Amino acid sequence: MPSSKEQILQSLRSNRPAPAELPSLEREWTTYADRRAKFIEVLEFVGGQTIVARDPADLNDQLGRLPQFTSAQKIASLVPGFAEKNVDVNAIDSPHGFADIDVAILPGEFAVAENAAVWVSDEHVPLRVLYFLCQHLVLVLPASQILDHMPAAYERIATSNQGESQFRTPRFGTFISGPSKTADIEQSLVIGAHGPRSLVVCFVESL
Amino acid sequence: MRVGLFIPCYIDQFYPQVGIATVDVLEHFGVEIDFPTAQTCCGQPLANAGLHTETKPLAERFLTIFGEYDYVVSPSGSCVAMVRHHYEQILGHSPNLDAVAHKTFELCEFLTDVLKIEHLSGAFPHRVGLHQACHGLRELRMASDTELVGPAFNKPRQLLASLRGIELTELARPDECCGFGGLFAVTEEAVSCMMGRDRVLDHERAGTEVLTSTDMSCLMHLDGLIRREKKPIRVKHIAEIISAALASQN
Amino acid sequence: MQSIKDHPTAAAEFIANRDRVRWHDTAVWFARTKRDRAAHGVPEWETLRELASKIKLHTMSRLDEYLEQFEANATRLGAQVHWARDSAEHNAIVASIIQRHGATRVVKSKSMLTEECGLNPHLEQLGIEVTDTDLGEWIVQLLGQHPSHIVTPAIHIRKEEVGQLFHERLGTEAGATDPNYLAEAARQHLRAKFLAAEIGITGVNFAIAETGGFVVCTNEGNADLGVSLPKVHIACMGIEKIIPRAADLGVYLRLLARSATGQPITTYSSHFHGPRPGGELHIVLVDNKRSELLGSGDFRRSLNCIRCGACFNTCPVYRRSGGHSYGVTVGGPIGSIINAAREPHEHKTLPFACSLCGSCSDVCPVKIDLHQQLFISRRQLANFGLVPKSKQIGLKLAATIFARPWLYRIAGRLARLALRITPKAITYGRFNVWGRQRELPPPPRQTFRELYASRRAKK
Repeated sequence: MPSSKEQILQSLRSNRPAPAELPSLEREWTTYADRRAKFIEVLEFVGGQTIVARDPADLNDQLGRLPQFTSAQKIASLVPGFAEKNVDVNAIDSPHGFADIDVAILPGEFAVAENAAVWVSDEHVPLRVLYFLCQHLVLVLPASQILDHMPAAYERIATSNQGESQFRTPRFGTFISGPSKTADIEQSLVIGAHGPRSLVVCFVESL
Repeated sequence: MRVGLFIPCYIDQFYPQVGIATVDVLEHFGVEIDFPTAQTCCGQPLANAGLHTETKPLAERFLTIFGEYDYVVSPSGSCVAMVRHHYEQILGHSPNLDAVAHKTFELCEFLTDVLKIEHLSGAFPHRVGLHQACHGLRELRMASDTELVGPAFNKPRQLLASLRGIELTELARPDECCGFGGLFAVTEEAVSCMMGRDRVLDHERAGTEVLTSTDMSCLMHLDGLIRREKKPIRVKHIAEIISAALASQN
Repeated sequence: MQSIKDHPTAAAEFIANRDRVRWHDTAVWFARTKRDRAAHGVPEWETLRELASKIKLHTMSRLDEYLEQFEANATRLGAQVHWARDSAEHNAIVASIIQRHGATRVVKSKSMLTEECGLNPHLEQLGIEVTDTDLGEWIVQLLGQHPSHIVTPAIHIRKEEVGQLFHERLGTEAGATDPNYLAEAARQHLRAKFLAAEIGITGVNFAIAETGGFVVCTNEGNADLGVSLPKVHIACMGIEKIIPRAADLGVYLRLLARSATGQPITTYSSHFHGPRPGGELHIVLVDNKRSELLGSGDFRRSLNCIRCGACFNTCPVYRRSGGHSYGVTVGGPIGSIINAAREPHEHKTLPFACSLCGSCSDVCPVKIDLHQQLFISRRQLANFGLVPKSKQIGLKLAATIFARPWLYRIAGRLARLALRITPKAITYGRFNVWGRQRELPPPPRQTFRELYASRRAKK
């Protein structure tokens, strides 16, 4: 008795349509003269906030004035030199241990101007849940790391794991664009659904 | 050039003035028309009901009757769309079908694309609302729709806009379907009438006095609702407007 | 959930509630206008659609190979891949994974596939608690209803109803309707569910053959919370969700959210490659008649579908009849095609719940020729003898008349005469469906051909 896999594959083979070519993705996609400006505009549109800082001191200064910081009890940071942190992330070994984090300051790898997305992965955090469980999220990345569009993002992902694809080895990565949100109650937009209630993206020029 | 005139069955029977207006417009531009009397119906109602086998003989008749002309012109976007886009699904591909399909035009696109008319001289000093009939819009591509991203163009509107004194009204939903849909108008009567009423309301709010379209079937449905509700909007096929405007010069 | 009502009846009932249908149409049209703004902001939009369509068509032409490639790569990364021929097998596989772990608390993010398979009732009857964590899905779950839209499942529900529901089930204030207040209550309640969950189930938006990974897109963050707290992640996908290359996501992720909600991208587009350290990742590949659809020349393009919901939002019929009127898991234009193709007898009114306006085809990001497929669906139904007899008889009579010009002329004259002389009470009596809300056209004394002939005679 052939396995389900075999039966499915057999059914697919016997129903195969005529060959159709796989198109190339080489195109002149829209680019931006000022990628940072485009990113800032789109992030605001999706309910997020951008901070541009010259250096760590400047960033600490700007972050310290945000309401989510002034009211925070527990701050976890995995970005060296940034923000007062009072939680030792490495001492927490279970994802549930992060349930009471108010603000998480985490590294981002690169940003995408067209849709204000920031690529983050579990290469930089011990537990991926950190990106989602905190009440407020801050992502920090070098100001130079802004790409134009998604095709550029995938080109970057394809080569940034020591010349190879980030997807060659087990990996969790996600594009984060803005704070979590829902419009499921009568199409009214509510910022802050299950994930973080706010997102601040920090571009640091000295990094 | 010899043009075979295709007058849809329901225009022949219920809106003959639209056929006469079509003749007037074409003759105004010096087109030699012939109306082959053997014609009846393009088969659209049957095809839309899924009865493709029963549609086949009607489609074949159409090709036979109209095959000899240089062009076939009809004041009905949906019938022309039937010939150009759906006859292949009924009859299969054939060079004969190709030949006839390529020379079959709705009236407005015949004026703009074949006769190369960009402006019409004549007056029609009224507030006119253009209902963009779906088959003409999304199958014949007589105008750009709000869905696709690309350059804007609109053949019927362009012709109307060139008339003196005309004011074209702006709709909230410029190309939503009126809800006629053929037998849909009867089998899904509740939805059909709500869709039609919403179109009429859009036109009322836009200040339309004369509601027009390239398809009398849409107008028949909208007019039915307008007259039942005794609204003061007049309904005229675009051929009637163009014909009246051209005649106003005399 | 199969509704016993046909679409026209269900639609008429929906429309009878004037306030609700007016609101539903406005709310869903709003989603369409947001899509328009997003799409028109991308100059290369039509190029993206063309590529998205071609990539899918290519993939379908080698689907078996790509699935095998996907399995090999996913397995290499440490995932466990399962194959399910149909919904029953899918449910059994998911249940057995859960039971093997002795788990009873499961959270699930939005997956139309699990709806299609009826997973929740199956698990519940085994004593497993499944919480749908997408807010809209959770609301319909609490109400014991089915989603009415594949992206915004609770779009048919007013905020007063949500307020009432939450008051009863969560203890929120009576009469509260502020979406922020209600969403906050849901956040707190569901947060506890995430923290207590033993297993997380997600759907799959795209599965990448070349890498063995897959992508899950959400705005709420519920999928990610659901699978980064518990140790076990079960991902359920229809086999048509495969794409060949990671780079192809540079096309699909630019189209999906813009088409669905008008956003440039969903808040989270999570790429899962292998299980997390110390965790388990199960991927369930489901056929459930997709391979058969592949064999249909007429309908195979419906497998391109990326479940964005744009066709629902633009469909003038869906907006005025509501998702439940279709009586199937996935309704709207795409659902009408797929369900009528799979089970023609059950769903014979669906391809006719359509005015053939063609708007769906023009918004579809993967260029499925939806309105053409709906047109062809009708031929298939007619071939199966599923067109209602009354319609058939009338139309076949019409065909006979149209084939004979002399008969056509006589029939026309009689019809117009009848309209002129028959009293209104009879003409607009109960058999005249057209006449319920519309006047019939006024019958002229002469036809066009008579007028034209006499005009030519004068010349």
